[in-house]
Amino acid sequence: MSDAVVVRDVVKRFGSTTALAGLSFSVRDGELFGFIGPDGAGKTTLFRIMATLLVPDGGTVTVLGRNVVAELWTLRTRVGYMAGRFSLYSDLSVEENLRFFASVFGTTLEREYEQIAPIYTQLEPFKDRRAGALSGGMKQKLALCCALVHQPEILFLDEPTTGVDAVSRREFWDLLGRFKASGLTTIVSTPYMDEAKRCDRVALIDRGRLLAVDSPAAITSSFGRPLLAVRADDRYAALKALRRYPNTASVYPFGEALHFTDARPALAAADVARDVTGFLEAGGLGNVTVEPTAPTVEDSFMLRMGAPEGDEKGRAQAE
Amino acid sequence: MNDELVIEAHDLTRRFGDFTAVDRISFDVRAGEVFGFLGANGAGKTTAIRMLTGLLAPSGGQASVAGHDVYTESEAIKRDIGYMSQRFSLYEDLTVSENIRLYGGIYDLTDREIRGRTDRLLTRLGLQHIARSLVRSIPLGWRQKLAFSVALLHEPAIVFLDEPTSGVDPITRRQFWELIYEAASAGTTVFVTTHYMDEAEYCDRVSIMTAGAIGAMGTPGDLKKQFGVESVEDVFVKLARPGDARVPGSAAP
Amino acid sequence: MTALLGLLRKEAYHILRDRRTLAVIVWMPIVQVIIFGYAIRTDVDHVRLAIVDPVPDEDTIALRGRFGATDTFQIIAVTPRVSTLEELFSSGAAQGAVVFEAGFADHVARGLPARVMLVTDATEPNTGSMVQNYALAVVQRYEAELQTRRPGGVRIVPEVRTAFNPTRASSNLFVPGLMAFVLTIISSLMTAISLTREKETGTMEALLVSPLRPWQIIVGKVTPYLAVGFVSVIGVVLEARLVFHVPLRGSMTLLLGEGLLFILVSLSLGILVSARTSSQRVAMMAALVGTMLPTMLLSGFIFPVESMPWPLRAASVVVPAKWFVTVARGIMLKGIGLRYLWRETLVLAAMALVLLTLSTRSFKARLE
Repeated sequence: MSDAVVVRDVVKRFGSTTALAGLSFSVRDGELFGFIGPDGAGKTTLFRIMATLLVPDGGTVTVLGRNVVAELWTLRTRVGYMAGRFSLYSDLSVEENLRFFASVFGTTLEREYEQIAPIYTQLEPFKDRRAGALSGGMKQKLALCCALVHQPEILFLDEPTTGVDAVSRREFWDLLGRFKASGLTTIVSTPYMDEAKRCDRVALIDRGRLLAVDSPAAITSSFGRPLLAVRADDRYAALKALRRYPNTASVYPFGEALHFTDARPALAAADVARDVTGFLEAGGLGNVTVEPTAPTVEDSFMLRMGAPEGDEKGRAQAE
Repeated sequence: MNDELVIEAHDLTRRFGDFTAVDRISFDVRAGEVFGFLGANGAGKTTAIRMLTGLLAPSGGQASVAGHDVYTESEAIKRDIGYMSQRFSLYEDLTVSENIRLYGGIYDLTDREIRGRTDRLLTRLGLQHIARSLVRSIPLGWRQKLAFSVALLHEPAIVFLDEPTSGVDPITRRQFWELIYEAASAGTTVFVTTHYMDEAEYCDRVSIMTAGAIGAMGTPGDLKKQFGVESVEDVFVKLARPGDARVPGSAAP
Repeated sequence: MTALLGLLRKEAYHILRDRRTLAVIVWMPIVQVIIFGYAIRTDVDHVRLAIVDPVPDEDTIALRGRFGATDTFQIIAVTPRVSTLEELFSSGAAQGAVVFEAGFADHVARGLPARVMLVTDATEPNTGSMVQNYALAVVQRYEAELQTRRPGGVRIVPEVRTAFNPTRASSNLFVPGLMAFVLTIISSLMTAISLTREKETGTMEALLVSPLRPWQIIVGKVTPYLAVGFVSVIGVVLEARLVFHVPLRGSMTLLLGEGLLFILVSLSLGILVSARTSSQRVAMMAALVGTMLPTMLLSGFIFPVESMPWPLRAASVVVPAKWFVTVARGIMLKGIGLRYLWRETLVLAAMALVLLTLSTRSFKARLE
């Protein structure tokens, strides 16, 4: 299996800000690869470089075996790209948008109908509606359609599910799964950590650096320390209490529970649980349960990202 | 949290021409509660919030916020609530202190009150060192925390937060929610909308709007039991597509 | 009250901290006062005067001398034949002419009415009447001088004529300039807005990542405005003719051709203006300041360029509208063709070539 994308030490700066600080990774042919990270992580900059829209300040980027800087015109006929914002024409209809993008790539809607049918059949009932009048979920599907209409060999989707409701997001990933099955290499970026599990491999990216590159399972299983879910009647009181607890490495709300890691990483989960339960009950909290829980990608991200920009800890680390 | 009701809505409705954006919604919010208001874009959330914050008059039904009627006392409502929106929070070309002073003035705080509260606010967030920096130059996560604190500057009974944590990293997001908990435990009612379904779990109660009406309301735990699912997101999915959530194309575009 | 003061203070900060707005507020008035101060000069000088003197005699020579002695007039030709005037006016070599009758001095000596005709090129809005008045003044002063020397019985009768714009209807004068103005709006402003709108909404990104080459994108974006501009030229001319009865003495085809050239120049300017910005608002301001303002002030549309001090006259050379206004006026009011307008046409063509090349190059195949 060869590599669809090879990136070595890519650097990109904008004025005094470094958006990408020397990233290296590869994406294999036919992979569904995800970039997971918050705003400002550098996802859009990286995608624009890979899609030949920006020139890196350092490093090399190769897509489908070709250098993105030197061979951009060859690549542009083979690459499908969906930009971060809704970048289709609001005042054109669904069909007019598709026809336009088909023509720009030298093909027609009729010729490509079979290829895009899985998505287009959902849009077809509204093909005369102005794109600006579609719901968020439908807009994303239309954008995906336009990116696929010329049968690209590789697909770059920059935050296709951002701002879209949970149901449409699931449907979108279902569609991606169908296209992956036909062998299309797809690279997606998203701020939603739970979407990581739908990818073959993911790269966790934060402030221009990669925190990890691996399959979601491998990332979560390499958490390296026990993770415990703490529940109590008064969640906020428990949180405050654990912030005062001397053995806390980290404690954060996670859904119904609090996720806790101990500052003594070698200690067994059962012992940690016992200590924490004891501490909380001594503090007067009721209905305390502390159980080991499987780390999610989000837990892994938070563990590896260090302190957010400007945090007390972060500033202390930087000084 | 006591049982005093700070928001009461009964059959609240808003029409725009032929289109009914909000269709007879009814709910109550208790003092000190963290109430999550969920729903897809276009479901009517923003319209509902606008009616509750005195920005839009309802077409029908009743509602009162902080004891004031939304039809006749919208100005009083505005004085008693705080508001923070994803689209806008602080003026980027003003410094942090200038922003705080501006909002303090707008809400009729005295200079001494403003100074005192500014100090307390910045100390609590650990941001004294950026008091004179332009908002434009500070990181997104700080801006959001600041905006929240500024919304609380005049110590309102209720604060409305519209998608306050979009885009930031997971740690900052949780730090933000700690601020929300802190405010709630001090007695402020927090009315928050969010896209992140896991944040729905942080709320005391949530309501989910679909197509202008409230499809489900209750504590996260109760809703999950009621729908037989593991997460609030699954509740949402079930509500939006009552049948198999994976059948494409069956819902309104 | 504190709330209101707070708001006022905030607005002050916004204005003071936004460098672009500040530039507009501080510099615009200064620049405009300077430009308007110099541009609106009602005095004219160095008016190019032709003299037609079939039979030079002591009085005609003396009067000619009076004209030459002033700063106002500059004698550019002396000819015995009236027929040469047409050429001089058509080519723009002369802005006014003094035509003596044969036997002028003889009539003066004998106390008979001595005729002199004062002709002005009225295609210049303000100059026309100014020139007339000055010329009349010179003649009348000479007459008064003669009166003192030969009291009773000196009568010089000036006849005032205007070339090319006998009715001197102001619509005749403004329409050519208006055409330039309208075309600048359509071609420069609209193009700049259209390009930056794509950048603002994000659709430009989708275009750039496709196999479309920059020139294809530019041609695709710009051609509709070319067509619209073309139609406007026709529309303005029709309206001018039918509603205001502005003459079209020259060739309509030539006018449309020159119009097309001017549109190309303006389009390129619009593209250049929008190349460096992705904000519609900035593009609009740049187009306004960079194209429309010069068109208004320095093209001769309203204020005659001749009367401006040399820095402004030099600046007007690079304003495309200046050349087009001369062409349009020439074709519509004077009825002249390429024979006299080849220079202006060449300048416009050169501008079009240079600007199109520059603007295509400025449009990059990537986001930066």
